[in-house]
Amino acid sequence: MKTSLTINGTEHQLDADSRTTLLDALRNHLDLTGTKKGCDHGQCGACTLIVNGRRINSCLSLACMHDGDEITTIEGLGQPGNLSDLQDAFVKHDGFQCGYCTPGQICSATAMLQEVKDGWPSHVSADLTGDVDLTNAEISERMSGNLCRCAAYPNIVDAIRETAEGRK
Amino acid sequence: MKPFDYIRADSTTHATRAAGQGANFIAGGTNLLDLMKLEVMAPHKLVDINRLDLHQITEVDGGLRIGALVSNSDLAADMTVRKQYPVLSEALLAGASGQLRNKATTGGNLLQRTRCYYFYDTAMPCNKREPGTGCQAMEGATRLHAILGTSDACIASHPSDMAVAMRLLDAVVEIESAGGAVRSVPLSEFYRLPGQTPHIETVLEPSDLIIAVTLPAPAKGAQTYRKVRDRASYAFAMVSVAARVQMDEGTITDAALAFGGIGSQPWRNPAVEKALIGQKPSPELFAKAADILLADAKPQKDNAFKVPLTRRTLIATLKELCGKDAA
Ligand SMILES: Cc1cc2nc3c(=O)[nH]c(=O)nc-3n(C[C@H](O)[C@H](O)[C@H](O)COP(=O)(O)OP(=O)(O)OC[C@H]3O[C@@H](n4cnc5c(N)ncnc54)[C@H](O)[C@@H]3O)c2cc1C
Ligand code: SF4
Repeated sequence: MKTSLTINGTEHQLDADSRTTLLDALRNHLDLTGTKKGCDHGQCGACTLIVNGRRINSCLSLACMHDGDEITTIEGLGQPGNLSDLQDAFVKHDGFQCGYCTPGQICSATAMLQEVKDGWPSHVSADLTGDVDLTNAEISERMSGNLCRCAAYPNIVDAIRETAEGRK
Repeated sequence: MKPFDYIRADSTTHATRAAGQGANFIAGGTNLLDLMKLEVMAPHKLVDINRLDLHQITEVDGGLRIGALVSNSDLAADMTVRKQYPVLSEALLAGASGQLRNKATTGGNLLQRTRCYYFYDTAMPCNKREPGTGCQAMEGATRLHAILGTSDACIASHPSDMAVAMRLLDAVVEIESAGGAVRSVPLSEFYRLPGQTPHIETVLEPSDLIIAVTLPAPAKGAQTYRKVRDRASYAFAMVSVAARVQMDEGTITDAALAFGGIGSQPWRNPAVEKALIGQKPSPELFAKAADILLADAKPQKDNAFKVPLTRRTLIATLKELCGKDAA
């Protein structure tokens, strides 16, 4: 399957078996190994990346279904020396131990903060139509699709909350 | 995963024709690809329907028409849904994760397969996966399984949260078949009981494409969705209740109830609602409603807890809604 993907602003041509997931395309065909493979069944969130502005599990999506799409991976959010605010905050707050889930956490949180800006409610929002008050409970609920086997959750929540509040 | 051909549908006609010739639709892919990786499903051809023009939510006849490809995220965040059909937003937000809801579609969610562990495990007998091989769940691990609407061939539950809310809201499924004919099937007639053919789950024919789900104008009364699960987020329902109750001067003038996690399909029993309508809320009345709902429950050893859990969840939900409006 010939597929054209714009990844972190650069266009890539892929010619892979139709079975190739977006995750495997990045890691095995395009040498972009920042995106991690955990469960490979949409349960852990390690493979989270951003497609056309939305966070998705790249393991449960076929690369060929993304012809023409704009994809942002952890490599595109920031690089050493030029980290995104969230990347910075994860370092500052020790939002990881082994670090394996971190790219997925950060991609997920990046898109999640946009969802909050867009006024999307969550399961724990008291009011479906009101403004979102990004409490710790809100952050935990909205990030529940990203598991951390080291359980760095309190620090992850701190990093996200601080970024959302615009403090650094 | 078994090899397959991939095509992208450019029209609904194209999609239904391909499906009529044995291809499988793929929408968000969050259920189908999971099952294909495990080879529980092994389609030889996929028709990608994502580029069809089925992404709109439009207001029609005082109700709402939801395109089959509207994502679970967009549907939950839609302001009309939040205001007029809050039970639907709540049910969607109680399901899966932010990432999955971005991909999961309205049509795909209705058609997601059961989470029965044995259905997922190709080493195990399963009448739903391989008709006639038996049911490994009987006497097995059944925490996620149904207690209502089951058969001696299959006790799997329907896992969707969204479909429970849609069942409450009297949703209608719009279906296009090969040749272009469109028909409407109420969600109440969409799913089939397992009987001796648990592999046949809905009234859909192979070429049938869901193009939309319509909701009638919102009925009066307070709505809520209450989901009980093994952890606070990102887990399937043990029991869930979608409810709408209208109160007038301390009397229940209208009520609707639908249940998830306990039925072979999103469950609704008109007799329960009838017992409530015209009555004053009381613990006895709520207990009676639970009795009617659970009269035919057939729990297994492992999921017998669902009978008292359903009872308590139903009563808590009724208390919440009757209280809110009576006050
Ligand atoms: C880890 C995890 C946790 C989850 N938790 C929950 C939960 O708590 N609650 C919940 O409700 N769900 C949950 N889900 C399930 C999720 O909601 C479904 O996977 C999703 O809704 C399926 O939609 P899809 O568009 O991705 O379907 P697909 O995987 O694309 O398709 C599913 C089926 O529907 C068919 N299909 C799709 N669209 C159409 C159409 N328009 N017409 C005809 N046939 C069609 C496909 O051929 C396929 O057979 C979870 C999933 C995962 C992976
Ligand atoms: S309960 Fe149904 S799906 Fe599960 S093993 Fe038995 S037949 Fe298969």
